Amino acid sequence: MTPAASRGVTLWVALLVALAVAVTLGLAIGSVPLAPDVVWRAMFGAGDQASVAIVQNLRLPRVALGVVVGAGLAASGTALQATLRNPLAEPYLLGVSGGAAVGAVLTVIVGLTSPALLPLSAFAGAALAVVLVLLVARAAGGRADPRVLLMAGVVIGAFCTAAIMVALATAPENTVRGALWWMMGSLGDAQWSGVRWIAGYVAFGIVLLVWWGRDLDVLSLGEDAAASLGLDVERVTRRIYLTASLLAAATVAGAGLIGFVGLVVPAIARALGTRTSRATILASALAGGTLVVAADLVARTALRPTELPLGAVTALVGVPFFLWQLRVTR
Amino acid sequence: MIRADAVVLRYPNAPAPAVQGVSFAAAAGRVTAIVGPNGSGKSTIVRALLGRLTPEDGAVTLDGRALTSLSRREVATTIAVVPQREEPVFPMQVRDFVALGRYPHGGAFAGRTDEDRDAIARAVARADVAEFLDRPTDALSGGEWQRVRIARALAQGGKAIVLDEPTTFLDIAHEMAVFELLDGLARAGQAVLLVSHQLNLVARFADHIVLLHRGRVAAAGSPAEVMQGEVLERVYEWPLVVARDAAVGAPVLVPLRGRGTR
Repeated sequence: MTPAASRGVTLWVALLVALAVAVTLGLAIGSVPLAPDVVWRAMFGAGDQASVAIVQNLRLPRVALGVVVGAGLAASGTALQATLRNPLAEPYLLGVSGGAAVGAVLTVIVGLTSPALLPLSAFAGAALAVVLVLLVARAAGGRADPRVLLMAGVVIGAFCTAAIMVALATAPENTVRGALWWMMGSLGDAQWSGVRWIAGYVAFGIVLLVWWGRDLDVLSLGEDAAASLGLDVERVTRRIYLTASLLAAATVAGAGLIGFVGLVVPAIARALGTRTSRATILASALAGGTLVVAADLVARTALRPTELPLGAVTALVGVPFFLWQLRVTR
Repeated sequence: MIRADAVVLRYPNAPAPAVQGVSFAAAAGRVTAIVGPNGSGKSTIVRALLGRLTPEDGAVTLDGRALTSLSRREVATTIAVVPQREEPVFPMQVRDFVALGRYPHGGAFAGRTDEDRDAIARAVARADVAEFLDRPTDALSGGEWQRVRIARALAQGGKAIVLDEPTTFLDIAHEMAVFELLDGLARAGQAVLLVSHQLNLVARFADHIVLLHRGRVAAAGSPAEVMQGEVLERVYEWPLVVARDAAVGAPVLVPLRGRGTR
């Protein structure tokens, strides 16, 4: 094996091991601590009934949702960054997640709570937010400037937050989850019925992005270079935006607004040595799952018995990273 | 190879066309240069060749086939355009970057056939970038970067290469190296179409020059025919003389100082 190839293998093994460790800790730590070997046996239905029930019914849905949400947010961020040629792009900061939350909240208030449909109505909101952000950025002086685009995203995101607040304030009590759940994100409501659908949408989105990996590589060269290689810039850009929106929407439907995962994780993947979009997306998906499960563990245990909102934990890590990234981005 | 016949190009919502009835031909085995002042329509023509602007009138043909009748990938496998500016935001390895030249030839998972490998190897040898293959694209000097981009364009395997201001930020040695490379490509049978500000270098390397002025052809022909003081002075709106370089015998444009006072 060449040195480069063995470095590549090391990377994937390390990412998988990190994910396995995070998942194991996520399942083991809680009000009833379980040993790692008990956790692994319980996952496959072996061991005493209490442990099996705790792991399979209580903790596994939550940890699985964390893996899926992290993978979806990170893959979405990777795709948006390559398409917009902007290392600061990510679904939360671009207002895409906010749009998804508006779509989801409105659907829930209307009374449709099917776990299959919720991600789709969130998707409609996310796609609308993408269009608005791009229009605002263009009107404000072009999306070529990474900061203008970001400003447009933050503005649309703030508008979405306000819209959610109003919608929730006027909604009949006890029909919807609280504003805090939507605004700051949580894995606390994870149930297998919902997790399955969200996992399906996220897997579908990631498969599409990996399939289009070479398109993303070409697109990240810039519009002129992409056109010179025969890529239909408008069409490919549109379908990448839609897929990134779907990924973000599915995560919002399952866990509310969780920021900065889509920003931090692709940068970590690239720092670990992935160079093609395909590798960066897959590595980001694995690292994103790890990060969100770990962040949820912090949210659950840092100030026990109080549970911190998950979005607060990711923001505490993500904002300093964002500031540093802002400094190094031209 | 590349032929433009009375092409009219207009940007969306622009009151007047940026290019008004321009004709030229870039033949195989020749270096053809499009020159002219800022705003004369040079980059607009490159945009049309990229397929990002459709002629309002007239036609661009590649090997006798209308550009508009070809798919994007067919265009990209016939002519390779090296755009003026390109900065990868996320550095990739030069090896992967050059391999993207095979993009128009394959689907999502293609790109590693023997034909692809051969084309990439030829392009790497031709542009002399073998020593950079394992470097990331952000660890290249300006001259190395241009050669790597030319290698990617050559990997596309077309018969023509179009370059928009390929030497803008290069020092003399790297600029000369790029021009020598383009000259070599033409001698090997490629059609080379060059958009450039470097009138004096173009006069030495090009076989055919098209001088644009406000979207129209002001002069076209061999360097000796186009490098005429009277025409250039009118087009560039600055007093100048055309001398003959004593050392290499090529016509040299010398702009004068202070509106005619040398």
